Amino acid sequence: MDNQDKKSQAKKWFLKGLRDGIPIAAGYFAVSFALGITARNAGLTWYQAALASLLCNASAGEYAGFEVIASSGSYITMALITAIISARYMLMSITLSQKLAPETNTTQRLFVGFWVTDEIFGASSTVPGKLNPHYNYGLAVCSLSFWALGTSLGVVVGNILPALAVTALGVLLYGMFLAIIMPEGRKNKKVGLLIIISMALSFALSRLPNVSALGEGTRIIILTLLIAGTAAFVFPISDAKKEDGSFEA
Amino acid sequence: MKHNVYIYILIMFAVSFLLRALPLTLIRKEIKNKYFRSFLYYVPYVTLAVMTFPAIMDLTGTPAAGLIALAAGMIAAYFGAGLFPTAAICSVIVFAVEFIASRP
Repeated sequence: MDNQDKKSQAKKWFLKGLRDGIPIAAGYFAVSFALGITARNAGLTWYQAALASLLCNASAGEYAGFEVIASSGSYITMALITAIISARYMLMSITLSQKLAPETNTTQRLFVGFWVTDEIFGASSTVPGKLNPHYNYGLAVCSLSFWALGTSLGVVVGNILPALAVTALGVLLYGMFLAIIMPEGRKNKKVGLLIIISMALSFALSRLPNVSALGEGTRIIILTLLIAGTAAFVFPISDAKKEDGSFEA
Repeated sequence: MKHNVYIYILIMFAVSFLLRALPLTLIRKEIKNKYFRSFLYYVPYVTLAVMTFPAIMDLTGTPAAGLIALAAGMIAAYFGAGLFPTAAICSVIVFAVEFIASRP
């Protein structure tokens, strides 16, 4: 492929990414607004929240991070929680590394990695054939600008919204988490079982005397290592390729 | 010890960026270890489930509002509702139940 051809391909894929990013942007805008309310409760300003969103591009990860900030947790807690919650992005990146053409350079790989989210992964990993990194750039520029904008607005407007509306919007995030986990829970009954067990143990640990003092962040880490670690031994995935593919949903 | 918000954000960025970028730049071959692959596969579902409950119930003033929203969200997502529809269903239910509960 000559240089001119490469450039026109890059442009074509970038524009396609911008277009395909529009529905993702709409969802992100509403959800990130709720995230902004969490950021506001943690004491962040609108520009700190925007910075966090522009740098982290994560829903659950940012939410957990803001919770750590709100509870004045240690920097190590922050690093551990971010690592645990972002573990799924690692798996997605592994999958995408197989999808990129071998000649994709390191800079391009870093940018694709920087912008891995559930939705961008879903859209880009279903492209037929090899993946042009410019498609990811288009998706990211379109959708994640609304992610940052929504987070900032949540911080600002969260002030003037009545408590009832703030609560209702805060629930958007949990709804989003359910939308991420339930389809796989349906496809794979073991995952469905793990979801129920996780919720039950999470409830138990949050209510038990002494244990409840651990705090939410520590609870998430302990239960994730315990339940996912046990599940890996009890239900090791036999056809890893196929199960990884289901992340695309 | 007083913590700095920018250091918090920097840690969030550094950790999540490394996790995303390292596999793409370093690992060109598939990971073969079955246990590690299985663990990575289960992690998001466990983590998100733990984060959702009981938090959704503790967030709402009326625990019933959070519980009904959880049930509705799980059913909707189970039957294929996407990110935004599921989130919206949960949100509207909490708003409606709390609004009704707050009336004298």
